[in-house]
Amino acid sequence: MTRVAVIRFPGSNCEPDAYRAVQREGGTAYYVFHRETDLRDADAVIIPGGFSYGDYLRAGAIARFSPIMAAIERHAADGKPLAGICNGFQVLCEAGLLPGALMRNASLKYVSRPVDVRIERCDTPFTTNYRKGEIIRIPVGHGDGRYTASDELLATLEREGRVVFRYVDTGMPDSVANPNGASNNIAAISNRDGNIVGMMPHPERLADRLVGGDAGARVFSSLIRWKRPIAAHV
Amino acid sequence: MTAALVREHKLNDREYNAILAMLGRTPTMTELGVFSALWSEHCSYKHTKPVLRTFPTEGPQVIQGPGENAGVLRLPDGWAVAFKIESHNHPSAVEPYQGAATGVGGILRDVFTMGARPVAVLNSLRFGPLDDPRNRYLFAGVVKGVGDYGNCVGVPTLGGEVTFAPGYSGNPLVNAMCVGVLREADLITARAHGVGNVLMTVGARTGRDGIHGASFASEDLSAESEARRPQVQVGDPFTEKLLLEASLELITSGTIVAIQDMGAAGLTSSSSEMAARGGVGVELDTSKVPLREAGMSPYEILLSESQERMLLVVEPHRVGEVQTICAKWELTGTAIGTVTNDGLFRVVHDGVTVAAIPGEDLVNGVPMYHPDAVESPEAIARRALRPTMAPKADLVGALPILLDDPTIASKRWVYDQYDSTVQANTVLGPGGDAGVFLVEGTAFGLAVSVDCPNRYVALDPYEGGKMTVAEAARNVACTGAVPLGITNCLNFGNPDKPEIFFQFKEAVRGMGDACRAFNTPVTGGNVSLYNESPTGAIDPTPTVGLVGLLEDVTTRVPSGFQRSGHLVALLGPSGGHLGGSMYWWLVRDFLGGPPPPCHLEAERRLQRFLAAAAKARLLDSAHDCADGGLAVAMAECCLGGPYDHGTLGAGIHLEHPPGLDAEGLLYGEDGARAIISFAPAAAEALRALAQGHQVPFSVVGNVGAVGGDLRITVGTTSMAWATGDLRRTFFNAIPRRMSA
Repeated sequence: MTRVAVIRFPGSNCEPDAYRAVQREGGTAYYVFHRETDLRDADAVIIPGGFSYGDYLRAGAIARFSPIMAAIERHAADGKPLAGICNGFQVLCEAGLLPGALMRNASLKYVSRPVDVRIERCDTPFTTNYRKGEIIRIPVGHGDGRYTASDELLATLEREGRVVFRYVDTGMPDSVANPNGASNNIAAISNRDGNIVGMMPHPERLADRLVGGDAGARVFSSLIRWKRPIAAHV
Repeated sequence: MTAALVREHKLNDREYNAILAMLGRTPTMTELGVFSALWSEHCSYKHTKPVLRTFPTEGPQVIQGPGENAGVLRLPDGWAVAFKIESHNHPSAVEPYQGAATGVGGILRDVFTMGARPVAVLNSLRFGPLDDPRNRYLFAGVVKGVGDYGNCVGVPTLGGEVTFAPGYSGNPLVNAMCVGVLREADLITARAHGVGNVLMTVGARTGRDGIHGASFASEDLSAESEARRPQVQVGDPFTEKLLLEASLELITSGTIVAIQDMGAAGLTSSSSEMAARGGVGVELDTSKVPLREAGMSPYEILLSESQERMLLVVEPHRVGEVQTICAKWELTGTAIGTVTNDGLFRVVHDGVTVAAIPGEDLVNGVPMYHPDAVESPEAIARRALRPTMAPKADLVGALPILLDDPTIASKRWVYDQYDSTVQANTVLGPGGDAGVFLVEGTAFGLAVSVDCPNRYVALDPYEGGKMTVAEAARNVACTGAVPLGITNCLNFGNPDKPEIFFQFKEAVRGMGDACRAFNTPVTGGNVSLYNESPTGAIDPTPTVGLVGLLEDVTTRVPSGFQRSGHLVALLGPSGGHLGGSMYWWLVRDFLGGPPPPCHLEAERRLQRFLAAAAKARLLDSAHDCADGGLAVAMAECCLGGPYDHGTLGAGIHLEHPPGLDAEGLLYGEDGARAIISFAPAAAEALRALAQGHQVPFSVVGNVGAVGGDLRITVGTTSMAWATGDLRRTFFNAIPRRMSA
């Protein structure tokens, strides 16, 4: 998985960070503008964080109508890796590529801080370099990160093992384990096939020891080393 | 033209006569509006310019000093840093959310119009005490406004300060600073030139918001100020983000000659100032300006302060390229005028000339004022006062009282709402002495801090002015960085009052002396006067934003203790100065006395020592002693970072210098001091280094166990505090007041 398309919407602001994180792990990152209609032979796609179209209607609600979205949907339908980070997760939910919705934080305030998440699933293209059950500390920064779904959907996600990251309380004195009030402490989910992952935390901001740690770098190293499982070729 | 109309435009007889002499005729209504805006204090600096000229503004590191959208300093390897601080006090007093948001928007534009990508935001905020619901409303609104705007544009907030004191009730201060980096070769200025070149607007359409905002910012706040709410502009950070990307692309593509933000006084100031800098004239056709609503008069168009707009100067044959780049970012670029050779600021509307003013005189011809400056007898008396002696001071009980004060307490409640990690270059985020970020693509980093010890400035404007720069420099130095230069935001009351102008002149003199001593020139900033509400003037608040260089960012030093068993040393002299201290104020209920004198040479030695020690990688941590003195600083070192798992104890033994009691030793606020921690193996090297730099150095104890107590012994008196309890006090002080 060497060619990684990083999508730029008007108002995206984490795309340079994702771009760098991919390059640092040996991948080839390139930007694809929202008005384009072709992903230019992307092996994988990342929809980065930010405030696409200002998030003035609902976070991610306008981006799903962008010209590039049709190509992204085809890419995902082919079983190729697709990640949405923060606003990108919101876009994936709005576009129906992932189920559920991201609502206003329970605190009604933007929250920017590191959180502890447990890796719940290591067989997605973005998490193979983690150990299941491992806990990493990783930044979040969002106003609309409260993952919300019907009881039925939550039960399905749990049953199918589709929760990828979960906020956990490590017992530190000031821990606010769940920063936004998400159902079942969900921080990241995948689709049924596991090739689409949406996450609220920002692994691309934690890809270098100098900037607080490299616990997020493995999201990108996982992707770069990802070989499509033979079983998926049907 | 009636006398009443002239007065309504805040022009006095002297100024109006100057206009008549300049034009040789009566001004048109549009011209009157133009003069009113440009000759407001906010735009013209008519009370302060002669004093501001005393600041040192030069040095080998200065690429661009005051007079442009932002100052620019030289960095290694062809890089440069553009930075500026600006106030948005008056708008925030009546509409905190939008007032603060547009303050951030304005300062971002000032930086990216220099060709720099904004990489950090800081802010300095001041409010009245939080027991007043109005102050809580203003505080919450301002923080949300700052956060929502900066978060959306994607610029991390790396630090700042928040202070609560009665003098800011009814007149909060909102000062926002932006730092951007650029290749020196990409620097562009706001200087119109090339007769026949085209003036273009880019960005938001022009509406009726903010008309006369500059004049509003140039008068005292009063009961009628609430009616000014419609004059507060409304921010659109999404458009700002597009404008940022478009502007940087326009600049690096070489398609434009000059670029300027339309800030205070909108199109009027941006066009006339660009022309005056370039020594040319301009002709604007206001009927071509894209409008938000039909039927706006040229007067309104010229004075609108609608946000997220830029003015460009473009060679005629490149207009098409500029429009293509604008369209890529969903923006419209519209030609609205030309550069002329007659030196006139000329405005036509539907073919009719509505204004024609000699441009140079318009920008630089405002009558200057040299107000009297006399210190008030009350201020002199207050400085001479001492608190009545308490029978027996509770030195143990004082520490939690100080840590619970919102001015000293953790500001996590604030910066949790600010994105501090976007751009993925944050090395030290908010909550320490200074923010530190990596300059992407290089090995070096910048350390940034904003500071103003307003209590000291109120008690002694000269010493306080010096200490303002010293504290900012010390904060930056604690990270290991070398201070490079400053920007300042001078917030004062009504300059026509001699006691206020005294504060202004003295504070500027003090800051200038400190800047000369530290080799940190002033590269620009802004002045905000008339910060007075019906209850009186604010404390004089000359906020300093300082940038320092860390040549190797991996040598940066955090502020808190890191390892049990490592040693703790106190740097600098302890004089036990309690005048103006937080201890006297909060524990003795007394605010007065002389503030600690600022010893510039001692400060400079400390700065150099800290940089050298960091470079040699001898330090685990370094934290300056300021509000609350040694005891508060020591506690802060123990309490852990905002998101740490816990605290560290410490065992500290302080010698009893002759003539100095424990109260002064623990809670006195002498400058030029810092607390460092380090591995035992580094002790001898540090001692030698301190000796070489002539910095008093005494090992006072060691870092204790995880979750242990802070124990301080002074002579034979022993005191202990549970650090877990102190941590809760320190981090909950603001949340518990805000949820009340």
